[in-house]
Amino acid sequence: MTRLIVGPFNRVEGDLEVNLDIAEGRVMEARVNASLFRGFESILTGRQPLDALTITPRICGICSLSQSVASSRALANAAGLVPADNGRIGTNLALAAENVADHITHFYTFFMPDFARDCYQDQDWFADIAPRFKAIKGTALDSALKARARFMHIVGLLTGKWPHSLAVQPGGLTKPVDKGEQVQLLTMLHDFKSFLEETLFGDSLENIASLATMTDLANWQGGRGAKASDFSVFLHLAEALKLDQLGCVNPALMSYGAYPEANGNAFAQGVWVAAEEEALNLAAIREDISHSWLQGSDALPPADGETLIDADKQDAYSWCKAPRLAGSVMEVGALARQVVAGQSLCRDAVSSQGGSNVYNRVLGRLIEVARTVLMMEDWIRQIKPREPFCLDFDVPDEAVGVGLNEAARGSLGHWINIRDGRIQNYQIIAPTTWNFSPRDHAGTPGVLEQALVGVPVQEGDETPVAVQHVVRSFDPCMVCTVH
Amino acid sequence: MQDKSFKVLWLQAGGCGGCSLATFAANDKGLVQSLTPFGIDLLWHPSLSEETGREFLDLLDGVVSGDIQLDALCIEGAALRGPGGTGRFQMMAGTGFSVAYWIKKLATKARYVVAVGSCAAFGGIPAGQGNITDATGLQYQDEMPGGLLGDDFRSGAGVPVINIAGCAPHPGWITETLSQLALDDFFEDDLDSLKRPCFFADHLAHHGCSRNEYYEFKASAGKLSDQGCLMENLGCKATQAPGDCNLRVWNGSNGACPDAGYPCINCTSPGFENPPSSFQVTPKVGGIPVGLPMDMPKAWFVALAALSKSATPHRVKSNSRSDHVIVPPARRKEEK
Repeated sequence: MTRLIVGPFNRVEGDLEVNLDIAEGRVMEARVNASLFRGFESILTGRQPLDALTITPRICGICSLSQSVASSRALANAAGLVPADNGRIGTNLALAAENVADHITHFYTFFMPDFARDCYQDQDWFADIAPRFKAIKGTALDSALKARARFMHIVGLLTGKWPHSLAVQPGGLTKPVDKGEQVQLLTMLHDFKSFLEETLFGDSLENIASLATMTDLANWQGGRGAKASDFSVFLHLAEALKLDQLGCVNPALMSYGAYPEANGNAFAQGVWVAAEEEALNLAAIREDISHSWLQGSDALPPADGETLIDADKQDAYSWCKAPRLAGSVMEVGALARQVVAGQSLCRDAVSSQGGSNVYNRVLGRLIEVARTVLMMEDWIRQIKPREPFCLDFDVPDEAVGVGLNEAARGSLGHWINIRDGRIQNYQIIAPTTWNFSPRDHAGTPGVLEQALVGVPVQEGDETPVAVQHVVRSFDPCMVCTVH
Repeated sequence: MQDKSFKVLWLQAGGCGGCSLATFAANDKGLVQSLTPFGIDLLWHPSLSEETGREFLDLLDGVVSGDIQLDALCIEGAALRGPGGTGRFQMMAGTGFSVAYWIKKLATKARYVVAVGSCAAFGGIPAGQGNITDATGLQYQDEMPGGLLGDDFRSGAGVPVINIAGCAPHPGWITETLSQLALDDFFEDDLDSLKRPCFFADHLAHHGCSRNEYYEFKASAGKLSDQGCLMENLGCKATQAPGDCNLRVWNGSNGACPDAGYPCINCTSPGFENPPSSFQVTPKVGGIPVGLPMDMPKAWFVALAALSKSATPHRVKSNSRSDHVIVPPARRKEEK
């Protein structure tokens, strides 16, 4: 048995170290260390409740608006407030733009460049991949970043500066949209749609979103060349490298539900366990800290959670807590969200492949991109200029609130407790806290820790590429993880 | 080993990654495309580079040994010195040393050290409310000189740490500063009293605010999303905040925070993270806002405000309390 420390990781957001026990060329055990602690929950304690809207987005520079949304919902929940319809729609639009932009950033900037590494130069597909996806120099990066930057004009119009805006409020959105701006939003969306259809997918978003089974997908891919689009390139590569057999794990999949519409969430809330839908029991969430550098040993519900440091705690190896739902590990993210929402291709991928893996985590993200951009078009049309965008309200002096949201990387929850008009306690569980948690008191490893077991590592390889693929398939956001 | 290109190494300390993400939108084309025309090479960037783990640590060793030229060390995020001075709140994975330790080591090798964002400049959000991680800026702790590297620190080119403040800064502030450095056209007198580049810090965020007419007449918004001026009631500090925010395009839109309906929180200044009251509420004494423009006698400001309030047109007053125009501008007679 040899031990290998892998890190620091880049092309992930934030700080990450992975400790691997290796035998017979495979990972036997993995321990994941989120190695940055900033203490946001302490920074929030004692402040005026509305200050959470300024502080919490700054947890994360990549999913800043997701934090804004969770925070605004926690405050609205505490005040018993329902935001203005226009505010809800505008917030959905801005959040969707951030989430889709994150998926694009992940695919082009974080995930694909690993296949342009020299270790793959003997593969028959390498000559096609390398010039397009090479880190920093690849031609794909250039076109994707330009398209992404222009797409983010939607966020600029709706929320001003990004990252770190105050536009998302409990009562709605501070930015009223007029009829001219409504058309500008549609124009921005159309431009981005063209990039997706011409470059990423090589087909209409409607066609991509209507792929219903893995057989449909295989037929779709079979009808076009391996280089027809960046999506085709990925599918070809995934087959050649058997990415569906890498980073496999079969936990329950969870989603808090995304994008509230007039009649409920556009993507449903729930848990997918053993190919069955279950309702989410929020009261069953506990945060285990048995292997975290934090004081205490009880697994507390987030509403009563504590974050007190103990840097010398025995058996601890991460700043990350270990959230569990009714004692079980949950995987969250775009794949989980789409499976819970009933997207049939993603459900088929998970059931036919026996759970989640590197391949279908990436597939889930790209399918979600197509579906989300189509929904955005409807939302823009639903805005009613001259009707309210943001309702005024009074923050209660004594109240508790929960704010749930789906960030690009999965389920994000904020729990606020207001006493004497001040924040008495504020607890956050971020998506990667679920996915990259350490072991719990029962010794059950987190999702990534399970997914790394069995991954091949060559003797003497200090930067095993398969480990890179598995880690990045989750699109981890480590700054959110510990916050 | 001197190379003609200007070599930049970018590290993330105790921050959120938002400064890096801001640069993804620089000039609508990203960091690399913005810097390449100026002969700038990214030795390494946390969101963009291929090298990871051991490959990256070898690069750091090369810089420390002097084998690899380092023109600008860009640090994003505060240096976390806790707990108890160990730096264990942020360790550089795989090295057994803290990120704060590595910053100190690398800073001695750089021609320029650039603090990207208010965390690296002054401590920022992690230094708020009790500062449990002992977070500091590179050469300032809030407005006090010192910080991680000390007041006396000068980089290879003989200048102090350059503070590109902002949370997050405008991407242009970052790419334009780096480009001036690469052009050998940046000197100590290009920095303001808190070592922020003057080209943006010598403006006020108020300049170019789209709510200017409401400010002139002191026609104030009563709630967020109203069109009126955000200074009197909703905490806006743009008249005191350094930055050309509203003279620039942010993410494709003209102007920044007030244009999207929310107050400036003065994020380019030390201590912005601990406002005396709340971020979204203007503190007042006797009904008069505490934070007034700093280079104007207070009595004059109050007198002019009272005068302009009494002269506020009905149109401006009505629209200031609405989220859309309810009284359009009067037309010339022949247009009616």
